[in-house]
Parts: sequence; structure tokens; C-alpha cells
Amino acid sequence: MKTENQKAWLFVLPVLLLVAFNALIPIMTVVNYSVQETFGDNLFFWEGLGWFEQILRSDRFHSALGRQFLFTFLILIIEVPLGIIIALSMPKKGIWVPVCLVTMALPMLIPWNVVGAMWNIFTLPDIGLLGYFINNTLGIEYNMTRSPIAAWITIVTMDVWHWTSLVVLLSYAGLVSIPDAYYQAAKIDGASPWKVFRYIQLPKMKTVLTIAILLRFMDSFNIYTEPFVLTGGGPGNSTTLLSIDLVKIALGQFDLGPAAAMSLIYFAITLLVSWLFYTLMTKDDAK
Amino acid sequence: MLSWMAWTWPTGLFFIGLFTAMALITVIEIKKPGTSERKGALGLTTTRGDRLFLSLLGSAYIFLAWLGLIGEPLWWPLAISLAWGVFCFWKV
Repeated sequence: MKTENQKAWLFVLPVLLLVAFNALIPIMTVVNYSVQETFGDNLFFWEGLGWFEQILRSDRFHSALGRQFLFTFLILIIEVPLGIIIALSMPKKGIWVPVCLVTMALPMLIPWNVVGAMWNIFTLPDIGLLGYFINNTLGIEYNMTRSPIAAWITIVTMDVWHWTSLVVLLSYAGLVSIPDAYYQAAKIDGASPWKVFRYIQLPKMKTVLTIAILLRFMDSFNIYTEPFVLTGGGPGNSTTLLSIDLVKIALGQFDLGPAAAMSLIYFAITLLVSWLFYTLMTKDDAK
Repeated sequence: MLSWMAWTWPTGLFFIGLFTAMALITVIEIKKPGTSERKGALGLTTTRGDRLFLSLLGSAYIFLAWLGLIGEPLWWPLAISLAWGVFCFWKV
């Protein structure tokens, strides 16, 4: 029987403390806010579950939620296949490997608000390089501050530019860990490229892909800074995603109670979808 | 010191209940190690902690659905949640 000691827990303790202060205590406060009404001055009045009822039945919440799911769906359906394709076409050895890896990592090193500001200037129709090119050279009407469709295309493209690299790097890490023997065996059996992908590369990438999809889901579902800087939720409300709406309610209108109720509902959705992804993708690994 | 957290009795009791449940499964785990892993009715391999997580998350959704579709009072969703919790620990 192997000996076990529990010393590792001691090393985890500082992290636990940190998490308690930056996550647990704030979320407990949010739960407290969600059943009360405040007009400032740290005075709170009991409200019960009224805010939850109000949020769950409000059209504003439903449409923000719908936009949020659409955004996350578009992000996953574009970034995951694109990331895998790029990872498959990257060189496995030689001088180009570090060049590709660094190029891929660059967008992820840029802070969110800078990405938003960059794309804002980049796509402005009168002075932006891309905006000017599309409007004046190609002659296609494109103005993300005026047309909802253009705004959506811009925020999705921005996120694809910013975060596809994450999927690429994780898939690439999965790909290079496959021993050559697998490919040789496939070659001997005369397997087509698709079969090699389906039965060798994809199963070997599964673990890292699970992590990539989970991270991309949570990040895109909780996205705030980039669309806020780029479109500010407009034109109108067309790109007001859940987090942008939440901040509008909490800090714009100072309705802490409804905002707290909304964040808890938001939290429950993130938790359920993440759990579903994780469970479904790791189901076959179980004994 | 804790006034900024705006505590109320109901939310306080809610968290006491939550932490008691977590402490309880820890105690059970110490008494009977091995997480009592099994393959349950939903085809999932679950441990005791998974079953607690599922019953709590499920209850949250039962209450939210009731609040959104029907409204207060919440005796029915409470009963459904308890039944769901029993089902989670018994079968899932």
C-alpha cells in the first residue's frame, strides 16, 4: 500500500485564502444584495425574491441572454475548427516552429481594453485602415457604429483574432505529443488523412480541446471589456451582451439588488453549461 | 466590520446550510473513505461531492424556473428540490 501524506494541503492554503477574499466573500455579498434594496449609505431594505422574479420575467434580460448565447455560439463554432485547422497546418519541427508559436501567441499578450481600442480605430469608416478600405476601395457600406450587423461582424472578428490562438496553441500541444509510431501504423494501414485525423489526432487532442472549449466558453460568455470599448453595447442595444447589461444596471442605474439577482442567474447558467461541457467531454474517460 | 456585506438572516442561514452540507460530506468521507464512486441512473460516474453539487445546482434551477414561470409562494419547488436531492443521492 502506498503511503499518503496530507502535507500538500498546507501548500494549497494560501490559494484558498486568496480565493476566499477575491471570490467567496464578494459572491456572498452579492447573494446578500440580491434579496435587498439599497439607496446608498449602506442602508439595506429586505426585498425577498422579488428581484429574481423581475429579472427572470424581463424582456431586457431575455434579449441580452439571447445575444450572449448567439455570441458564444458563433465564437465556439468559428474558433474551435479554425484553431484545429491552423494547428494541423503548423510545422512540427524546424526553424519555423518558434516563429509560428510566437506569432500565434502575440494577440493573446495584448490587454483586452487595448484590443477593443485597436479594433475601434482599425474599423472606423473615415480614418480606420480596414474601415476605409472596405468603404472606399471595395465600395461596401460598412459602419459598425451605425449598423448592428456590421457591429456584430466586428466584435466576432475581433474575438476570433484575439482568442483563436488559444485553441491553436492547446491543439498544437496535443498534436506534438502524438508519437510517430501512430502515424507510421496509419501509413502502413493506408489510412486516409481524414481517418488519421478522426482516429489518431482528434482522440489525442481531446483533453486539451476540452480545456480549450471550456476556457473559450467561459471567456466568451463572460466577455465585457472588448465589446464595451469597441461598440459600448451599440448601436442601440444590438451588442449589449449580458455583462455589459449587468454593469449598466449595477453601476449605471445603481440598482444593486436587481444586478445582484441577475449576476446570480448569470452565474448559475455559466456553472451549468461548464458542467455539461466538462461531463459530456470526459464521460468516455470514466472507468 | 461585516456591515458592508449587508448580511440578512435568510442569506446567513442559506450559507450556514451550504457550509454544513460541505462539512458533512467531508466528515462522511473521513469516516468512509473512497468517495463512494458509482455509475448512476444518468449514466454518469459520480462521487458523493458530485451528487451534492448536482442536487444544489438542480435545486437552484427548480427555484429559478418556478419563480420565473409561476412565482411565489415557493413550497412546491421546495418539495420538488428535496425530492431531486433525495433522487441525486439515491440513484445518480
